[in-house]
Amino acid sequence: MNAPVTSHKLIKGATGDWEMVIGMEIHAQVVSNSKLFSGASTAFGGEPNSHVSLVDAAMPGMLPVINEECVRQAVRTGLGLNARINLRSVFDRKNYFYPDSPQGYQISQYKSPIVGEGEVELELEGGRSVTIGIERLHLEQDAGKLLHDQSPTMSYVDLNRCGVALMEIVSKPDIRDAEQAKAYVAKLRSILRYLGTCDGDMEKGSLRADVNVSVRRPGGPLGTRCEIKNMNSVNFIGQAIEYEARRQIEILEDGGTIDQETRLFDPGKGETRSMRSKEEAHDYRYFPDPDLLPLEFSQAFVDELKTTLPELPDQKKARFIADFALSPYDAGVLVAERESAEFYEAVLARLADRARDGKLAANWVINELFGRLNKEGRDITGSPVSSEQLAAIVELIGEGTISGKIAKDLFEIVWQEGGDPRALVEARGMKQVTDLGAIEKVVDDIVAANPDKVAQAKAKPQMIGWFVGQVMKSSGGKANPQAVNDLLKAKLGL
Amino acid sequence: MTDLTSLTIAEAREGLTNKSFTARELTDAHLAAIEAARVLNAYVLETPDRAREMADAADKQIGKGEGGPLAGIPLGIKDLFATRDIRTTACSKILGNFVPPYESTVTSQLWRDGAILLGKLNNDEFAMGSSNETSCFGPVVNPWRREGSNTHLVPGGSSGGSASAVAALLCMGATATDTGGSIRQPAAFTATVGVKPTYGRCSRWGIVAFASSLDQAGPIARTVRDSAILMRSMAGHDPKDTTSVNIGVPDYEAAIGKSVKGMKIGIPKEYRLDGMPAEIEKLWSDGAAWLKAAGAELVEVSLPHTKYALPAYYIVAPAEASSNLARYDGVRYGLRVPGRSIGEMYENTRADGFGDEVRRRVMIGTYVLSAGYYDAYYLRAQKVRTLIKKDFEDCFAKGVNAILTPATPSAAFGVGEKGGADPVEMYLNDIFTVTVNMAGLPGIAVPAGKDAQGLPLGLQLIGRAFDEETLFSLGEVIEQAAGHFTPPRWW
Repeated sequence: MNAPVTSHKLIKGATGDWEMVIGMEIHAQVVSNSKLFSGASTAFGGEPNSHVSLVDAAMPGMLPVINEECVRQAVRTGLGLNARINLRSVFDRKNYFYPDSPQGYQISQYKSPIVGEGEVELELEGGRSVTIGIERLHLEQDAGKLLHDQSPTMSYVDLNRCGVALMEIVSKPDIRDAEQAKAYVAKLRSILRYLGTCDGDMEKGSLRADVNVSVRRPGGPLGTRCEIKNMNSVNFIGQAIEYEARRQIEILEDGGTIDQETRLFDPGKGETRSMRSKEEAHDYRYFPDPDLLPLEFSQAFVDELKTTLPELPDQKKARFIADFALSPYDAGVLVAERESAEFYEAVLARLADRARDGKLAANWVINELFGRLNKEGRDITGSPVSSEQLAAIVELIGEGTISGKIAKDLFEIVWQEGGDPRALVEARGMKQVTDLGAIEKVVDDIVAANPDKVAQAKAKPQMIGWFVGQVMKSSGGKANPQAVNDLLKAKLGL
Repeated sequence: MTDLTSLTIAEAREGLTNKSFTARELTDAHLAAIEAARVLNAYVLETPDRAREMADAADKQIGKGEGGPLAGIPLGIKDLFATRDIRTTACSKILGNFVPPYESTVTSQLWRDGAILLGKLNNDEFAMGSSNETSCFGPVVNPWRREGSNTHLVPGGSSGGSASAVAALLCMGATATDTGGSIRQPAAFTATVGVKPTYGRCSRWGIVAFASSLDQAGPIARTVRDSAILMRSMAGHDPKDTTSVNIGVPDYEAAIGKSVKGMKIGIPKEYRLDGMPAEIEKLWSDGAAWLKAAGAELVEVSLPHTKYALPAYYIVAPAEASSNLARYDGVRYGLRVPGRSIGEMYENTRADGFGDEVRRRVMIGTYVLSAGYYDAYYLRAQKVRTLIKKDFEDCFAKGVNAILTPATPSAAFGVGEKGGADPVEMYLNDIFTVTVNMAGLPGIAVPAGKDAQGLPLGLQLIGRAFDEETLFSLGEVIEQAAGHFTPPRWW
């Protein structure tokens, strides 16, 4: 499953080229109303310790009970990753002491995860693509949070997040550079958000990544890896990988060796630093949790979930390309975010002639709408122009009622003031003039007034553009450009 | 009024229904008996106010003809069961004055059926022990003494408070828990009846965990019938415990007096230990003879992996315990001994809060689960466990209905007599009982005779999974033949 050597970036060292080998562990918070093993709410941002059940607080004699919705979410995700679903999996205890882990162990899945091998297809710049293998996906409990700023001498603990379900998605070491790593996180995030199994909100910590980085001579034996823990930004992941790879190369080229260790990325300094060495690594003493029976379900349960899966980004992209002749790039832009694709599809749904206007609609969504939203730092969910309004604008262009240029003015009016685009066109006289008689009069006037230009145009037919501009200008942009062109050609004898 | 305490639950139930006496009178009699028996150290917390409140409520219910199956029956509760608003400590200093805001499923079912809480009973710390000497509240004293001796004997453990209180008439019955023999061994040491139900029969929710895959709650009572009455209220599926099994609870009492004719009783040859005392040998053959006389057929059976059970148990149970007890860290409840760092606070708290035996098991458990030792110890012990389970399955597959063994290798011993130098000496107490926990099967200990010094001895019956009824039928045959044993009152 290794990518061809040409599709990724090599790093030039003093002694030759180096290749990165990267594997990722993504922790994705499962979308569910209650926690993995308790009925407490998973809502974000409550008062500290307001979403804590007796089970979450590990009171004596409390027992975990699996939340079936979290199981369904994990299976859905596995299906979305084209992965093998294990009908039998086992919950294990990962033992360690820390105040954010009240039980003294985290319930996780060690030897038998709920989801096995799968794969994710990444599209890179320049039409390249690469397949990244998924090693496994397992369910586990999130930890609580320590608050160090509440007292001068003590730390406080907030258990609201403690016990919330996480999916740990482990990739194979198939990633070869920072660009791929970033694309992998973005793609995974997109798939999870389409599936509705994780909200993908990296700022809130709903999606965090541990990145394993090693370097080697291209195609050579694997090097020693370092794990960079707990990153919650795609850009930081890219920076951390670049920094870490160069750090390792420098050590190796100086004749040193890499220590296997866990490192942290400091976004302020843009560097990674050692957190703990292999010798300091915990012995987690995993063993099957005797409070929980093995997790077993039927193939029918999986098949049932399969029927409820939404169309995923890859499928949607292929469909957009096939049905509306979108370029792969445009289709890719539209499907990258679930909300964008949904907006585009809402526009499509309102078009009377989708075959005619589908591509035009894509252009308008991408260029005008996204462009404007980006400029103002807004996202699609806060768009002042609704899918209904944009569909109307596109249709007005498609049916020839307004020109593309007028449409931009119309878009601006709708953005600023709102309103029904059709009514606006009517009320503000923005309709395209297709009355040949009226256009002909304007054309005649301009030809008569500019004999020198006429002579030039006869010598250099591209000069027709100047005449078109003049006609459009004097018609207030409303003349049908095709009709103007045709008339001018006839009048100038071109 | 004091002789009310000597009634069985079945008799008291009748007396309450007939209005021969009230639940309040019955409760007061027990409260007086408890007060007079503090030397036994069976109760770690007496709850007279709660008891009288519950008794008055029970009397009202009985008056309206709406009394539940245990209406007005005063019980003692092992301090491992969480009781809402009532201190629950597992007899460990580390829980300190922990008062749970919740009630264990088993006890809530007892209160649902009208039972009365007299107080919390002593036990070995976190149920780790076979003599009730590891309790932070000090040892429990067995109401039985050797003939002509004033030496205090242990009641067995870990449910020593339960056994002692039931034997000394300080409650009509008690809850207990059994991880390796903690119900059956103390029952045998005190001439009471102890039932370790099938794993999954009673909910573990709200019971302080020792070893989750082995722990099971059950009753200790003075008769087989009484234990069957208590079992019916204690058992049942609980969605809060996913290891509890969703099958109906039978009327266990109906099994009492049922013919055992034609039943096949296995006598496992591997339980015949070298150097087994002659009186245990005799007890065993007496039991077999009584069952035979009742029409059962005796067959010799083989449980070939028996000798590996105890060592495997002392890997699996401490492994689970080391993890289960990690939550007692001084952060959220119970004891906290401050330190300069979080690590030091953990160390100080756990060093001060746990007793020697608990610390020993936590360390054993941590060791057997650690990298490099897991396969050699924990994994191998689990394999042994599978083989032990298979031994029993093979045996039952041949048509055996139940297996008869001695409950313990000896009678009760003196406080401080055993285990001081070598903890294994104490562990050997469970040699006949641990196999049952390892296999998840039901077992019952029934008083069957006395040793040369006048101390009670018990027999154990092991049944098929979820076939406690057969154990009650067979147990009652032994009880009828052996008679009842009551300790002379000296306290």
